[in-house]
Amino acid sequence: MDFNDTPEEATFRVEVRAWLEANAARKRPGDPQPDRVGELIDEATLQEAKEWQTKKADAGWACIRWPPQYGGRGATPMQEVIWNQEESNFRTPSNPFMIGHGMCGPTIMAHGTPEQQQQWLPKLLSGEEVWCQLFSEPGAGSDLAGLRTTAVRDGDAWVVNGQKIWTTGAQFCDWGILIARHDPDAVKHAGLTFFVVDMRSPGIEIRPITQINGGQGFNEVFFNDVRIPDAFRLGEVGDGWRVAITTLMNERASVGALARGAELDELMDLAAKLELAGGRAIDDRAVREKLADFIVAWKGVELTAQRTMSALSQGKMPGPEASLLKLVGVRLLQEISGFGMELLGTAGITSDEQLVPQSARWQERYLALPGLRIAGGTDEVLRNIIAERILQLPAEARVDKGVAFKDVPTGPPSK
Amino acid sequence: MNFDFSDDQKHLQRTAREFLDDQKSLSVCREVLESKQLYSRELWSGAAELGWLGAVIPDQYGGAGFGYLELAVLAEEVGRALAPIPFSSSVYLATEALLLAGSPEQKERYLPRLAAGEIIGTAAFTEQPGRSPSDRVETRFADGRLNGAKLPVPDGTAADFVVLTAASAQGLSLVIADLDTAGVEASSLLCFDESRPQARLRFEHAEAELVGSEGEGGTLMECILDRAAVLTAFEQLGAASRAFDLTREFALERYAFGRPVASFQAIKHRLADLWCQIEMARSSCYYGAWALSSDPSQLGVAACVARIAASEAFTSTSEEMIQIHGGVGYTWEYDCHLFYRRAKLLSVALGNPSSWKHQLIDRLQAVA
Repeated sequence: MDFNDTPEEATFRVEVRAWLEANAARKRPGDPQPDRVGELIDEATLQEAKEWQTKKADAGWACIRWPPQYGGRGATPMQEVIWNQEESNFRTPSNPFMIGHGMCGPTIMAHGTPEQQQQWLPKLLSGEEVWCQLFSEPGAGSDLAGLRTTAVRDGDAWVVNGQKIWTTGAQFCDWGILIARHDPDAVKHAGLTFFVVDMRSPGIEIRPITQINGGQGFNEVFFNDVRIPDAFRLGEVGDGWRVAITTLMNERASVGALARGAELDELMDLAAKLELAGGRAIDDRAVREKLADFIVAWKGVELTAQRTMSALSQGKMPGPEASLLKLVGVRLLQEISGFGMELLGTAGITSDEQLVPQSARWQERYLALPGLRIAGGTDEVLRNIIAERILQLPAEARVDKGVAFKDVPTGPPSK
Repeated sequence: MNFDFSDDQKHLQRTAREFLDDQKSLSVCREVLESKQLYSRELWSGAAELGWLGAVIPDQYGGAGFGYLELAVLAEEVGRALAPIPFSSSVYLATEALLLAGSPEQKERYLPRLAAGEIIGTAAFTEQPGRSPSDRVETRFADGRLNGAKLPVPDGTAADFVVLTAASAQGLSLVIADLDTAGVEASSLLCFDESRPQARLRFEHAEAELVGSEGEGGTLMECILDRAAVLTAFEQLGAASRAFDLTREFALERYAFGRPVASFQAIKHRLADLWCQIEMARSSCYYGAWALSSDPSQLGVAACVARIAASEAFTSTSEEMIQIHGGVGYTWEYDCHLFYRRAKLLSVALGNPSSWKHQLIDRLQAVA
C-alpha cells in the first residue's frame, strides 16, 4: 500500500505537468466557472474544445490509455489518474467528448471489427468527430431493454424508425451509437441490435428539450426511415443488449467522475467567511458536524475510486463498482449544494451574484443535480446493479420474462 | 500508487481468519458475554503464539517487528471475529503509549511481556460522562504518587498495568501504574457489551511514574488516540463486513410471500446502501493505515476520516442487521445483538463520532 507516486509515476507526473505548463494556463481562484451541466455549448466553445483536443492528440496526450494504433499511448490506469489529476489544475475548455471518449470509444474497442475501429476511433480520439448516445426512449428509461425504435433489414442496410430521448449534444455530433429492436417477436433483450449512425443521415430530426434549470443540453431525436449500412452494425444481430452493457458500465464511471470535489472546498471557504448569529459559520457546532459528514463521505468516494483504480491496474476488469461512485457521489453533491443554499440563510433564495457570493453557484448545481441522479442509471437502478451483480442477490420477480416483446404490457389494461 | 494490501499481508489476513474461524469466535464471544469472564484465555494465548500481540513491537523487545499495515490487517480480523480479548487495550493503547514515549527502561520492563501475552496493559483517559478525555482531569500525579479515579477503563479488571492521564504541576501528564500495587482498586462496571468488560480504577496514593515528559500528556494522548482510532476503525470495518455477510446470507435463505426476502427491492436496496457505506469505510481505513505506517503528517486527518466512516458503517450495519432478520434478530439466541452491542461500544470508545468530527474540522482548518 502506497498512496504516493512510485519513482516511475513521479517521473510521468513531471512530464505531464511540463507539457500542461507549456500548453495551458493554471487555474486561479476566481476563474470563471466551467459550463453548466446539461447546457448546450455554442459553436465557438465547440471549436475551442476541438482545438484543445487536437493539440493533446498531436502531442500524444489524448485518451492516453487507448492503444497507440488509435492515437493513444497504451498508458496504465494509474497514469490516467495522474493525467486527470494534473489536467484538472489547468484551465481547459469544456469537454463535449465525454460521451465519445468515455462510452462510445470503449464500446467500439470491445465489440467493433478491426475495420470499424480504424474507421472511427482515431477521429474520435483527436476530437475531429464528436459522438452521442441514442439509448433512452420516452417509454424506455430505467427499463432500457423495453425500447421500441425498430430496425428492419433492407438489403445491405437497415431502416430505422422511432424516437430517442436525452441525447446530449445531438445538434453538433457527427456520429451516434444506437440500440434498436430488430425482432419484436423475440423476448425483450434478445430482439436488440446495436448500430453506429451518421447523425447527418436523411430522416433524422433533432428537437431540444428544456430542462428544469433552463438549459437545453439534451434532445429528442426522431428517426424517420433512416438508412444505416449493415457495415455500421456493432456486434451480431441480436447481440445489442450485451454491447449496450459495455456502454452503460462505462457511462456510470464517466458520470461518477464528473464529481470532482471542488464543491467541498467552496463550502469550507463559505463557512469560514460567513457570519451567523453566534459568530462564524465554521465555529457553529451543527455546521461543523455537517461539514465533517460531507468531508468523510467525499473522502470515501474519492478513495474508493482510487482503490478501484488499483484493482484495474492489477489487471481486474472495470465492473459494477463504478455504480457506487455515481450513486453516492452525485447524491452527496446534491446534498452539499442544498446545504450551501441553506447556509446562506434567506439570502440563499436569491441568485444575484452581487448580493450573495457563491449563491448562484449553489442554486445552479442544486438545479443540475437531479438530472445527474437520473442520467446513466437512476439511484434505484444502480442499487439493483449493486445488489444483483456485486452482492449476487436474486433478480426482482418479472412479468416480461420469456414473453415475446410485442406481448409485454405497456400500460394499464383498457376498461 | 497502490491502494491495496500486499500479497504477504493478505496471506497474514487469511491465516488470522482461519485461526479465528477454527476457534468458532462468535460462540466464544457469546460464552464470555454470558459467563461474564474477563476475556477468552484460549483466544488470547493463541493470539500471543501467532505473534499478534507484539505485531509492531521491535524484535529487540521480543516483538514480531511487523508494521502497522500488518497490525491493521489483524485488527480487521479481530473485529470480524468479535474476538472477546483485550487486544485493543493492550496492543493499540498500552503498547503504543510505551512505543511512543516510554523510557528504554520502561520498554524493557513491559514490552517483552506484552509481546508474549504474559501481561495485559490498558489506557485510562476518561473520568466523567460527556466530557472529552482532556477536559478537567481530576486525577492528580505528584511526587510519584497518584490520586483519583478513572472510568470506564476497558479491560481494567483484567489488566496488569495502566497508562493514564493525570494533572500534575506542569499540566496534563501521561503516567503509568501497575495495578497490583497498594492503593489501586479495580472494580467491574455493569456494561452494555459484557464481551468487552469495563472497570473503574481508583488510585489512593498509588505508586506511579511518568511516561514521557511532564506536561506532555495532552499531546501524547492525542497521538495515541489517533493511532488507536485507525486500528479500531479496522476492527469496526471487519465487524461490519461480517455482520453484512451474515445478514445477506439470512436474507437469501429466508422466504416470505413465496420468494427469498433478498429478492425484494426494499431489502436489496438497503443491502446495496450498506455495502456502499462499508466499501467507503474500507477505503478510508486503508488511507488511515497508510498514513499510520508511512506519513505521520496525514495521520491527523486520516484517523478522523477512518474513525468516523467505520463507526457509522458498523453502527448502521448492526442496526439494519436486526431489522432485516426480523423477529428472530431480536432474540438472545441469534448473534445479531453481539454485533449491535459491539458496534455501539466501539463507536463511543476513544471518543464518539461527534468529537472526531469536530477534531476533523479543527485539523483541516489548521492545515488551511
